[in-house]
Amino acid sequence: MLAGIRTRDLRKIYTSPPPLASGGGFGFGSGRGKGKKQPKPQIVALDGISLDILPGEIFGLLGPNGAGKSTTLGILTTRVRPTGGQAWIGELDVWREQVAVKRLIGVVAQRPNLDFALTAREILLFHGAYFGVDSHQRAERADVLLDRFKLRDRGDQMVRGFSGGMMQRLSIARAMMHDPQVLFLDEPSAGLDPQTRLLLWEIIREYNHSGKTILLTTHNMEEADALCQRLAIIDHGRNIALGTPGELKASVPGGYLLRLRFGSHSPELLQRLQTLTGAREVRANPDSKNDNSIDVYADRGGPLVSEIANLASSANVELCDVHISEPSLENLFLHHTGRSLRD
Amino acid sequence: MNWKTFLALLARDAHVARRNFAPLVLQTFLQPMMFVFIFGRVMVSSGYMPAAYKSLLLPGIMAISMVFTGVWAVAMPLIAEFQFTREIEDRLLAPMEISWLAIEKVFFGTLQALVAGLVVIPAAWLLLRPGVELNLRSPLSFACVTLLVALFSACGGLALGCSISQTHIGLMFSMVLTPMIFFGCTYYPWSALAHFPILQKVVLVNPLVYASEGLRGTLVPQFPHLPVPAVLVALTLFDAAFLAAGLRQFRRKAVS
Repeated sequence: MLAGIRTRDLRKIYTSPPPLASGGGFGFGSGRGKGKKQPKPQIVALDGISLDILPGEIFGLLGPNGAGKSTTLGILTTRVRPTGGQAWIGELDVWREQVAVKRLIGVVAQRPNLDFALTAREILLFHGAYFGVDSHQRAERADVLLDRFKLRDRGDQMVRGFSGGMMQRLSIARAMMHDPQVLFLDEPSAGLDPQTRLLLWEIIREYNHSGKTILLTTHNMEEADALCQRLAIIDHGRNIALGTPGELKASVPGGYLLRLRFGSHSPELLQRLQTLTGAREVRANPDSKNDNSIDVYADRGGPLVSEIANLASSANVELCDVHISEPSLENLFLHHTGRSLRD
Repeated sequence: MNWKTFLALLARDAHVARRNFAPLVLQTFLQPMMFVFIFGRVMVSSGYMPAAYKSLLLPGIMAISMVFTGVWAVAMPLIAEFQFTREIEDRLLAPMEISWLAIEKVFFGTLQALVAGLVVIPAAWLLLRPGVELNLRSPLSFACVTLLVALFSACGGLALGCSISQTHIGLMFSMVLTPMIFFGCTYYPWSALAHFPILQKVVLVNPLVYASEGLRGTLVPQFPHLPVPAVLVALTLFDAAFLAAGLRQFRRKAVS
């Protein structure tokens, strides 16, 4: 059965710090005791996300920290109760048919959450057993996955001593152990060395070729570009752009971005920059603390610099800094939000 | 209900318990056995305690062992796994309604508490003999009390484990478990508090009182004890209340 993912107007408002992010627990003094006097803080994590992810697609959620990516994944994997809206895996309503949904999905959390009381192989075997995989098949699959993730020689060791990269590989192997139709990966390559990242991408593509749907979150542009067939860019709990990486990059005026910083502010300069050949959009950088920074979206990068320098000197304004970005998803994010993805 | 998943989760817990067998045994029995030796053997043979104290002490020690084992077995892993290591996440994603995971924890904790309680009897008997006089008049009542005590310890572990944060583990011992043990009629019968009438009433909110008195009433009924039927009712109510509170807290922790 091929399963896609749909969400309609998903909303999530946290009234206490989200446990998935806080790491803390319920203290003696926290909770309802204080509730009456102090209004509960409301954190809007999702503000109406609607997505249609096709069966067999590798789909990426791209956005900065706190954009709502993990909360979206949390709702789709039954771990977060939505405040509003609906979500489906295949034809199953995620909130109403949780057990059936859990059979279809495999989940790799942002932080490794391996069972420290078990060895690597046991982690895979028990995970398979939770999903009712028979013992012969369990042993076979565990061997194949340990091999594929280059963990065979560490299979019988406790995972407590594993490096971060090894834990991440084992987490992904575990999520694949029951052969789920939909695989969720929350920042799968965060903290991995380049070689392991490439291995991981290869395995994800391979898994996708067998017809599985994959939803991953990332704030790594390169990963989104290299791996995802389609992307949604998310910021402040909203979907701000959707398309293939190519389409999205093409939606940035010109493609190139020149971030300029001048010695002083000059409205006249701003106007003159707009007349440059190849400049598609010129605007004061909204993210900057002063208004001496200007973003120029253009179809060229380097060749424009000398013309800009000439314009600046004729306007009697000092050009202090130039930064050129080639067409990228980073530029797209900047264009939509005025902020860098790493902010 | 998905029994395959439930049994696999039980198998996982049994596997981990087997792996940690030696520390588990030491943690469960070392303290009660030392207590039995000092109070039941040293104090009695030196004449500071009457010989009958040996028999009076045994049910209390059994109750302490069971409660410690049950609470420890359920609460400690939950505190760590929900907060620090998040190990429990994989099991929360197992194809089963999440409350069953909590029930599985309670089931396994109850088994551990039962073993801990039942092993104390021969171990203490060996340490204390001669002079321990057990009068098991109604094995059925004894079985019911023991089962309810074990269940209470595991349900209490669930409620505690899902309600306190990692930083409060020390407080859990000093502010919850220690007062429970000292005011739980473990080392003395409830009737010994007759000189402190207010305290005698107040300690009735402590479930361990019913555990100790129930075991006393079924194992060594020659000593004064609360009526066994009342103990059975009280323990059943405590079990139900702790289970309901524990499940509620578990769901709140599992789904944000």
